[in-house]
Amino acid sequence: MYKILSKRMLTPVTKLFEVEAPLVAQKAQPGQFVIVRIRPEGERIPLTVADFSPERGAVTIIVQEVGKTTQMMGRLKEGDCILDFLGPLGRPAEIRGSGSVVCVGGGFGVAPIFPIARALYRRGVSVTSIIGARTRELVILEEEVKAVSHRLFVTTDDGSYARRGLVTDVLQELIEAKDPIDEVIAIGPMVMMRAVAETTRPYGIKTFVSMDPIMVDGTGMCGACRVEVGGKTRFACVDGPIFDAHQVDFALAQKRGKMYAAEQQRAMAEPGPCGGAGGSPCH
Amino acid sequence: MPLKPKRVVMPTQEPRERIKNFNEVALGFTEEMAKEEASRCLKCKDAACQQGCPVEVKIRDFIGLVAAGDFAGAIALIKETNSLPAICGRVCPQEEQCEKYCLMGRKHEPVAIGRLERFVADWELRHGVKLPACAPPRGRKVAVVGSGPAGLTCAGDLARLGYSVTVFEALHAPGGVLIYGIPEFRLPKAVVMAEVDNIRRLGVEVVTNVAVGRTVTIEDLMKLGYEAVFLGTGAGLPKFMGIPGENLCGVYSANEFLTRTNLMKAYLFPQYDTPIKCGRRVAVVGGGNVAMDSVRCALRLGAEEGHIVYRRSEQEMPARAEELAHAKHEGVIFDLLSNPVRVLGTDDGWVRGLECLRMELGEEDSSGRRRPVPIKGSEFVIEVDTVIMALGTTPNPLLARTTPGLNITDWGGLIVDAETGQTSRPGIFAGGDAVTGSATVILAMGAGKKAAAGIHRYLEGK
Ligand SMILES: Cc1cc2nc3c(=O)[nH]c(=O)nc-3n(C[C@H](O)[C@H](O)[C@H](O)COP(=O)(O)OP(=O)(O)OC[C@H]3O[C@@H](n4cnc5c(N)ncnc54)[C@H](O)[C@@H]3O)c2cc1C
Ligand SMILES: Cc1cc2nc3c(=O)[nH]c(=O)nc-3n(C[C@H](O)[C@H](O)[C@H](O)COP(=O)(O)OP(=O)(O)OC[C@H]3O[C@@H](n4cnc5c(N)ncnc54)[C@H](O)[C@@H]3O)c2cc1C
Ligand code: SF4
Ligand code: SF4
Ligand code: FES
Repeated sequence: MYKILSKRMLTPVTKLFEVEAPLVAQKAQPGQFVIVRIRPEGERIPLTVADFSPERGAVTIIVQEVGKTTQMMGRLKEGDCILDFLGPLGRPAEIRGSGSVVCVGGGFGVAPIFPIARALYRRGVSVTSIIGARTRELVILEEEVKAVSHRLFVTTDDGSYARRGLVTDVLQELIEAKDPIDEVIAIGPMVMMRAVAETTRPYGIKTFVSMDPIMVDGTGMCGACRVEVGGKTRFACVDGPIFDAHQVDFALAQKRGKMYAAEQQRAMAEPGPCGGAGGSPCH
Repeated sequence: MPLKPKRVVMPTQEPRERIKNFNEVALGFTEEMAKEEASRCLKCKDAACQQGCPVEVKIRDFIGLVAAGDFAGAIALIKETNSLPAICGRVCPQEEQCEKYCLMGRKHEPVAIGRLERFVADWELRHGVKLPACAPPRGRKVAVVGSGPAGLTCAGDLARLGYSVTVFEALHAPGGVLIYGIPEFRLPKAVVMAEVDNIRRLGVEVVTNVAVGRTVTIEDLMKLGYEAVFLGTGAGLPKFMGIPGENLCGVYSANEFLTRTNLMKAYLFPQYDTPIKCGRRVAVVGGGNVAMDSVRCALRLGAEEGHIVYRRSEQEMPARAEELAHAKHEGVIFDLLSNPVRVLGTDDGWVRGLECLRMELGEEDSSGRRRPVPIKGSEFVIEVDTVIMALGTTPNPLLARTTPGLNITDWGGLIVDAETGQTSRPGIFAGGDAVTGSATVILAMGAGKKAAAGIHRYLEGK
């Protein structure tokens, strides 16, 4: 059992948890993820490591409520326990030691971008961050990202905060202004990552994205997480989740991501365990 | 005593009923049936059956005790060499092992050794398991990675020798393939859990949610004071065919299909949260136990048609005879001598069919089986909406990748000393599917046993 040390509401549907998991905290690196299960009947869901503190034995995860499991998780409180917490999984992001990198985070994708931006910043890379959300109240971790970026741009789709538009608008401008960019890394909804890939492709700027296919075990045993990269089948949980954006078959990934759409609706309609969410006080 | 040529029939759930549930198919002998079956044994002096058992169960004598009604004595005798009899009695390919050599089998039906073993093991589970004696604690720590039959057996043996043993398992539940792969209707999870509990009662600590190589490395374990490590990490990496359309929605590896169904209990969706998409017509590619388990799960999940697509003929199928028979009774359609060349998809990315080539059997290959050769222009389409690839598995590369100095074969198998089970690194031992590639429960147990003895010798000499 893994205790929730603290909880913070980032938006009405985005929650940050600090979880006691000393072994995971020791080993975690930017770009990696954990697999979480919150009740005996529960699903195993992957969540990115948004931060980690080996000293405190704590791992931070940020959960966006999109379906049954994430909503149940959103109802967990400080002091509650998470049943299973496996990690860190996946290959860490490759953190270069010089030059300039643009970090693009969309929606809750800002959470996984944060530790990557920080690692780059600490190694002396010039970091430009672009974070975007649909609307003002969905903008998360602005202060945190700002502290580890040399420049920060914020966009909202509806213009309710900062600049109106998409993260790719800013990226396009930077490229056109001949801003020196060695690398772009983008994490967020599949449509956004795909748009970033298309923005940089004509200019041949090295671009990485973190794929979020449906997973089961997260250890390379089931193949649920397969994605096609450069025409080859790869398992995102062990070969990724970060891949060369210009090689990824996004159309396939989008189709595979919808495989269980009907079941997800059914799961939500099911009365199921309300309120309690299966969370139990620790110890 | 008159010779009894036919076996006592073991009751099973009716096929028409059982394909609607996940309850165990074979119901086991009653005490009377067991005694009756045991009385068929000829008590051969040389007990040929025993040479067919990889762990040398004292078959003749335990069967003698069953015939005499001494079930406690029988189970004690079995457990001298086999620590997981309730499991082996259910899943060993007996027709290739013990029963193959049974003298009765020369002219008649062999004695049902596996079913008798299962009977006494179940009898013990019902009547309370007596734990074997353990040597006094030595205060020395050994780590076991993986909680499949190899790891559990190794852990149990080392605990009995007085070592303090910790088993590290990546998944949230221990048991390896026994818990995530083999379905409930063939091996009830309660049986597996009971065996794991028995190992725990010997003092073995089982820690889940630890992926060795990620959460901790073997180096970390050594630093934590574990003086030896056993790797029983299995062969969990699924193979795909590399044919077009294999990543369409509705194409599963057998591992994914079975893990969703068994470990995550997708057959109880939506009480359980993990869904599975099992279509109306399902094709399973392969001819082993994994393929049979997949197709029989598919029927139970509501598929109207379940196909086995296999490129050789029935004779070459590696599945246990009993599973093949059960699959037939349940109405599985066998498309033999057929090899898939392409998965056909709909516009929105779902499977709509499996295109195959007909095959004929040619010369014998290195495995002694006749090699299937494609017949030109014989393409045909099996109309299905789900395809499950059950083509075998290879060892997961994670550990070898993160542990310097471990020698592996070109297909990823760990290389060990045949006598001791030690890998290329002193103090690190391995066994089971991680070494052999996908094999059997009993061979994995045998390897776990051998490595436990190897570890004991290594630590004694240290
Ligand atoms: C490597 C990786 C890192 C991720 N990091 C985060 C994170 O930091 N924060 C966060 O909020 N979410 C993250 N996700 C996505 C998160 O796992 C899914 O939102 C979650 O599984 C949805 O579960 P649900 O039951 O609430 O919703 P469902 O109703 O099951 O599904 C809602 C949506 O989530 C997708 N989804 C469903 N199951 C999975 C699954 N097992 N894996 C991936 N996607 C799934 C579906 O395609 C659907 O679009 C990550 C996914 C991956 C693969
Ligand atoms: C569907 C199916 C049906 C089968 N039917 C039969 C049958 O009827 N009869 C028969 O004899 N055999 C059968 N087999 C084969 C048999 O199950 C295997 O040969 C046997 O389980 C191998 O045992 P093992 O202990 O080597 O590995 P496994 O049972 O594979 O266990 C390995 C364990 O190690 C864990 N692990 C892996 N890597 C790590 C890591 N890095 N850190 C921590 N843990 C890790 C895995 O999660 C797993 O739990 C079947 C196999 C399958 C898949
Ligand atoms: S362990 Fe397997 S091979 Fe040995 S006697 Fe029992 S069923 Fe037969
Ligand atoms: S070979 Fe068959 S008949 Fe002979 S002892 Fe073994 S089980 Fe009995
Ligand atoms: S999630 Fe199972 S192999 Fe990646």
